[in-house]
Amino acid sequence: MAKPKEIANRPERLTGGHRLCAGCGAPINVRQVMSVCPGPAVVSVATGCLEVSTTIYPYTAWRDSMIHSAFENASATISGVETAYRALKKQGKVKEDMYFVAFGGDGGTYDIGLQSLSGAVERGHNFVYVCYDNGAYMNTGFQRSSATPCGAWTTTSPVGKEAAGKQQNRKDLTAILVAHDIPYAATASPHNFKDLMNKAEKAFTTPGPAFLNVISPCPRGWRTPGDQTIALAKEAVQSCYWPLYEVEYGKYKINYKPKGDKKTPVADWMKKQGRFAHLFKPGNEALLEDIQAYIDRKWEELLKKEECL
Amino acid sequence: MARKAITGNGAIALALKQVEPDVMAAYPITPQTEIAQNYAQFVADGAVKTEYIPVESEHSAMSAAIGSCAAGARTFTATSSQGFALMWEMLFIAASLRLPLTMPVITRALSGPINIHCDHSDSMGGRDCGWIQLYGEGAQEGYDNAIQAFRIAEHMEVRLPVMTMIDGFIISGAIGPVETLEDDEVKKFVGEYTTLNPLLNVANPVTVGAFDSLGGWYFEHKVAQNRAMDNAMKVIEEVGKDFGSLSGREYSHFKTHMIEDAEIVLVAIGSAAGNVKTMVDTLRAEGKKVGMLKVRTFRPFPYEQIRQALSNACVIGVMDRSDSYGAQGGPLFTEISAAMFGGETRPKMFNFIYGLGGRDIFPDDIRGAVETLEQAAAGEQVSQTRHYLNVREG
Ligand SMILES: Cc1ncc(C[n+]2csc(CCOP(=O)(O)OP(=O)(O)O)c2C)c(N)n1
Ligand code: SF4
Repeated sequence: MAKPKEIANRPERLTGGHRLCAGCGAPINVRQVMSVCPGPAVVSVATGCLEVSTTIYPYTAWRDSMIHSAFENASATISGVETAYRALKKQGKVKEDMYFVAFGGDGGTYDIGLQSLSGAVERGHNFVYVCYDNGAYMNTGFQRSSATPCGAWTTTSPVGKEAAGKQQNRKDLTAILVAHDIPYAATASPHNFKDLMNKAEKAFTTPGPAFLNVISPCPRGWRTPGDQTIALAKEAVQSCYWPLYEVEYGKYKINYKPKGDKKTPVADWMKKQGRFAHLFKPGNEALLEDIQAYIDRKWEELLKKEECL
Repeated sequence: MARKAITGNGAIALALKQVEPDVMAAYPITPQTEIAQNYAQFVADGAVKTEYIPVESEHSAMSAAIGSCAAGARTFTATSSQGFALMWEMLFIAASLRLPLTMPVITRALSGPINIHCDHSDSMGGRDCGWIQLYGEGAQEGYDNAIQAFRIAEHMEVRLPVMTMIDGFIISGAIGPVETLEDDEVKKFVGEYTTLNPLLNVANPVTVGAFDSLGGWYFEHKVAQNRAMDNAMKVIEEVGKDFGSLSGREYSHFKTHMIEDAEIVLVAIGSAAGNVKTMVDTLRAEGKKVGMLKVRTFRPFPYEQIRQALSNACVIGVMDRSDSYGAQGGPLFTEISAAMFGGETRPKMFNFIYGLGGRDIFPDDIRGAVETLEQAAAGEQVSQTRHYLNVREG
């Protein structure tokens, strides 16, 4: 990978002036990913915060070609674009080398867009899918998704007498992508920009499909101050809520292993977010223990996967 | 020019092969499957340069077709019934992005209950999604329309997607004679594809499908879409004439049979038009003043011309192969009624719904419909509500 300083001097491919909230993780992630895209790209974006905020007609914040068609089909749409590219390149009608990338929120990826993503990956299209995971449907006003962490308040997993936020654990989407025998899949976080850009570069240069799952703090939905985005992303990794790892053809590699007391309790991270506030009232101790136990179990599983896969 | 014994689906697959678009995205569904299969074979044999995307659903077929067409490639897909319904969300988007996609629709009933046979509930359900809709009577028209669709869709004053219908099984699966053109004739007729603002232009990147909400231009975009539909009206005719010079088979928005002096006119669409025509001939031989109008262009709907053509009729019977629940009649009936309402004289209008889920329609059913119309012509009181042909009552 080029030196960070050199990358920082490259022209921005997602311009300023978009309307994402101050402190939103999504544009930070998009910029870091696009900064290492080796050539001109076509970007397909699923309906969601990123899409509505960057393309308010007649303006656009995208310097590459961008297409949005609907919520659940960023992968199918880019499949078509990438196939058209192969057809036209073969005929000599397009000369340049181009890259194909799809961005979707966790809703557009884990839930409604899963079929289209699965289909596109199975067919082996040469594209990079980036999920910016902010853990809920933020654009429509904070509804639960299958990526929402257990215990989190959302408007469709509300807090009440009978329920303390979301009742279920997250779907392990990266594992689902790995099960496709995808050439390259990785998780990443914007606080570790070197790691993220390294992975994005690998994803772009790997022939065939590649998948990046990037944590993307959302100040509005997480009920956190806008200047804490990067710190919160970092703590998600420290606590092993969001482990950093990559998988090449099924072979696991963990990129960061917090050792000893570097592995922070997940409750410390949760305490800083308004969406978990109710869990810190007396009576929810057992729930917090369950959440910690789940995080620990998934982390242990990951360590084992690295060992034997 | 060659005469081939071929199925309706085979004829359409052949037309598409002769056009040889850049990309096809498809998902199988009865009775369209044969098109997807035949085309996959052409690709496997290296007979076409087309790239084939065997998608995992019709929603993705239309999504991928949208991506491909927006990228700058000539693109098509094909579908039926539930597949059409699953595409529905994306049909609007394809039209609103002004993408010149084409899509044969092999018409079939919609679930439920599940039924694989022909009616028009699929395509008629999509009448307001912004696509041009051309209906064919048989395999020949399926073949001819599939070719013309590219010229119409890609016309610079239109730039709208076009779907071409043939009736499932009745036409799609039946083998019959089809006059086919030579490959180079078809290629010359459709011409080289010209893209507009493609995604794959590195020198000029574009944003396609922007967010256009309150305070934006959504309304203007919609009006522009409908103006393009207006433009399509004359383009469909021009292309139909040109196709006539090439093949000897000229096309317009509709075809009439014996309507000049007809007091009673039956309006039909799709394969049943053939049965109606035969019955008209029979009834004429019996001295009855009966005629027929067969609709080809359903979107845009040729109101003016149809009103003109039907201006001498006293009683009109409109035959629909799909129902519209809670409405006064089927989709064709409401269009024809609307067209006639603007005329000087107002004929009596009756709706005959037939053939749902592939139910046969027999000559006697059509004769029965004409008898109802004759009673009305004679001034008898006849219920103007929907009439169902060959349905088991009670
Ligand atoms: C078929 C369909 N269902 C629902 C919606 C409404 N909708 C638009 S964006 C969205 C949520 C997006 O959430 P996510 O993918 O997590 O992205 P975020 O907004 O969090 O960035 C929903 C439910 C839609 N546009 N289309
Ligand atoms: S709501 Fe959240 S995800 Fe959406 S723009 Fe604001 S901070 Fe970003």
